[in-house]
Amino acid sequence: MPKDHGIGARNKRREDVRFLTGTGNYTDDINLAGQAYVHFLRSDVAHGRIKRLDTSVALEMPGVVRIFTGADFEGVGGIPCGWQVTDRHGNPMQEPAHPVLAQGKVRHVGDAIAAVVAETPAQARNAAEAIELEMEDLPAVVDMKAALADGAPKVHDDLDSNLCYDWTFGSDDATVQAAFDSAAHVTTLDLVNQRLVANPMEPRVAVGDYNRASDESTLYTTSQNPHVIRLLMGAFVLGIPEHKLRVVAPDVGGGFGSKIFHYAEEAFCTFAAKALKRPVKWTASRSEAFITDAHGRDHVTTIELALDADNNFTGVRTHTMANMGAYLSTFAPSVPTYLHGTLMAGNYKTPAIQVNVKAVFTTTVPVDAYRGAGRPEATYQLERVIDKAARELGADPIALRRQNFITEFPYETPVAVAYDTGDYTATMDKLLEMVDRDGFEARAAESARAGKLRGFGVNCYIEACGIAPSALVGQLGARAGLYESATVRVNATGGLVVMTGSHSHGQGHETAFPQVIAEMIGIDENMVEIVHGDTAKVPMGMGTYGSRSLAVGGSAMVRATEKIINKAKKIAAHLMEASEGDIELKDGQFSVAGTDKSVAWGDVTLAAYVPHNYPIEEIEPGLEETAFYDPSNFTYPAGAYACEVEVDPETGKVEICSFAAADDFGNVVNPMIVEGQVHGGLAQGIGQALLEAAVYDADGQLLSASYMDYAMPRADDLPNFKVDHSCQTPCTHNPLGVKGCGEAGAIGSPPAVVNAVVDALQRGGHDVTHIDMPLTPGRVWQAINE
Amino acid sequence: MTDVTMTVNGKAVSGNIEGRTLLSDFIREGLRLTGTHVGCDTSQCGACVVHVDGKAVKSCTMLAAEAEGADITTIEGMATPDGSLSVIQQAFQDHHGLQCGFCTPGMVMSAAALLAENPSPTESEIRKYLEGNICRCTGYHNIVKAIMAASGQSVAGVAAE
Repeated sequence: MPKDHGIGARNKRREDVRFLTGTGNYTDDINLAGQAYVHFLRSDVAHGRIKRLDTSVALEMPGVVRIFTGADFEGVGGIPCGWQVTDRHGNPMQEPAHPVLAQGKVRHVGDAIAAVVAETPAQARNAAEAIELEMEDLPAVVDMKAALADGAPKVHDDLDSNLCYDWTFGSDDATVQAAFDSAAHVTTLDLVNQRLVANPMEPRVAVGDYNRASDESTLYTTSQNPHVIRLLMGAFVLGIPEHKLRVVAPDVGGGFGSKIFHYAEEAFCTFAAKALKRPVKWTASRSEAFITDAHGRDHVTTIELALDADNNFTGVRTHTMANMGAYLSTFAPSVPTYLHGTLMAGNYKTPAIQVNVKAVFTTTVPVDAYRGAGRPEATYQLERVIDKAARELGADPIALRRQNFITEFPYETPVAVAYDTGDYTATMDKLLEMVDRDGFEARAAESARAGKLRGFGVNCYIEACGIAPSALVGQLGARAGLYESATVRVNATGGLVVMTGSHSHGQGHETAFPQVIAEMIGIDENMVEIVHGDTAKVPMGMGTYGSRSLAVGGSAMVRATEKIINKAKKIAAHLMEASEGDIELKDGQFSVAGTDKSVAWGDVTLAAYVPHNYPIEEIEPGLEETAFYDPSNFTYPAGAYACEVEVDPETGKVEICSFAAADDFGNVVNPMIVEGQVHGGLAQGIGQALLEAAVYDADGQLLSASYMDYAMPRADDLPNFKVDHSCQTPCTHNPLGVKGCGEAGAIGSPPAVVNAVVDALQRGGHDVTHIDMPLTPGRVWQAINE
Repeated sequence: MTDVTMTVNGKAVSGNIEGRTLLSDFIREGLRLTGTHVGCDTSQCGACVVHVDGKAVKSCTMLAAEAEGADITTIEGMATPDGSLSVIQQAFQDHHGLQCGFCTPGMVMSAAALLAENPSPTESEIRKYLEGNICRCTGYHNIVKAIMAASGQSVAGVAAE
């Protein structure tokens, strides 16, 4: 019987009612009294030097309040980077300045040059057009290889080159070379993991406010992690201490990583509100979002896989160029390194693995974490090269994977992570139950009769999420801890308010978190309220990304609730004149073991706040506890995915006929929400495989900067999904035994699609071993016909 | 500046607006009905869909002045008179047809328009009809399921989970 409440129940989401009735409160829904509006004049060239910037005519335009330029930000900090990667010789990455408004030079289309604040959005926009700007065009730096060539134009004049870092990781040179020297077979694959745009449906918005009486600044912003913004913006950009700065992220309309980072517009609105002594609001248009939201992926890789004569994997070696764009966004340096290199073992017991990454500056929008962040890139390389190897060796791709699975846990990989639990055979078995492989030949024959080619592709994935153990990431260059905090406040009448540093941008925290608390105490979920997204209400937090909210934030809640229960038991013991050790809590009742004495949860909470009969010598009144939880390891969700496609060789069009995902997320709190997370991840992964690409031309113009040009997956591009999470190997090191589920779908799905398309073409007699994503009709047709 | 008068969610409203004011801006900023969202600037995403005289319209694509005298329904007007969720809204909650909620108002308005013209759509008809509504969270699976359910059809055929 499925549970109807608590952990494991498919509780409907309480947040849905406001979203379905138009009463959500997104940042753009906030208008403050006296608010002015800012419009940014942005560079329309990729690389240039500002020769003349004359705002005098624009200043006289109707409604203009003030025009800010780079000069107003001299002496103000730049946008900081939160992660410093060092190379194997101990040299730190090259880290350029990232000004709020351009200081003399622009480095990508969309770089902000000036900011016009006016009474209305239209007046601000009109005046921005009247700013006189003369730009000396400099050569665009778009291609990463060209950017690294001797004599390439430099994106940052004060850096040595366009190389941010050259990072090598994993097994030493001799070990890896020996694996390749002794290999019976080596498969090599060159591939591109193309640049994507996260595209949450809610564009970014920032509203700055300043209170002259208290000298407090408030920023309302579309953020996945308001406390991180408070710290980065307060400490590094504007010099405002935390107690004078409040950051509020109300309902957030999706993020997928792109709303982790601290953006210049947030700092600008906060700065300008104080300077002008009135609120300042910025709402991104979608076009603006395309040229200012951090992009994702953009890796160019060569991967080599060494196998022995028995088809055991003996070595993996990769060389990747990773695009950083023009500046280092908040987490950017960590994505191609510690979120990518550490995953190159995949699900396999390959003994020698070495990863080299060269991170490159180009005159493009900064690149940072997008759903999966580094892990999709790792999975794609590995699962594509394995498929190619299977083909070269005439091996069954599933059998080849199974034979190389890690089967004993814990398992230390050669790339510095230790998998705690997993059962890759179980998820593969489950996957094969979900797909009708026996019927494939008949379906393929049916397709052939219609002139189509049918293919089947499979892949595995593992990811490291639940980010992250602070001590470990500190050694790896993180400039912050990655714990989470929770404060549980029990009210006198028994209701609970949980203040969590995790913030929802669609994940249903307000529904799932109370299920955990309710289960622990044995009360109804409706007695638990979740408060998040406001630094004035929640003491501390690191936010939501890296599939960490339940594994890390939920664990903090568990720890705080345990403290609550411990204290409540002391009070209950006093009320029942029993020994604390004999008190049991079940279904919201405290009882004395072996007796019929009991007091209700509400009696104890009331006693805590009305301490007339209370152990006042031993404990304080009140019932409120805080816990910080710092995980001791990542969590390692894993699974196996399968895709069946039909390719029209006449047009190159690919249709997804079916997609199945068997995941192991450990214990599951709300299966409905987990399945929804997988669906969304699959859609983004399939979008990457077939449709999406951020395309720059040689001049650094973003050609795909609107929904007319960037192919977002639509309802009729996608199939129904078969998903399963019944294979559960609980995480061993967090109190809930949970693993992250938010990114899995996006990590695991692209290789299944590409493997299936290559399979279809091969079955059709076309000697195609690889096509770079997105597998548009044009690319597929070209692969067939050239 | 122009005067406009229209009926929104059954209530007569009026405003004095610039000629270039979009219907979406008038609804959001003029009437402060912020359930209608703006997710793009090329009439692609559908977050701003409202009903104008019973037809689904992207309100970012219509001037407010063009809606003079029209009968408009926004997401705020979709619940039943007693305030409980309508059949379509309830189906979206029951089948987890929304996550971040930003595209949701447009999805619900489009779904209502679809079911008004085709009370029993097939899965494929639903997917085609939603071509103008982009959702980045759900992968559409549960949206399709919710609309099937709202139309009174069995959702057993929509892959179980």
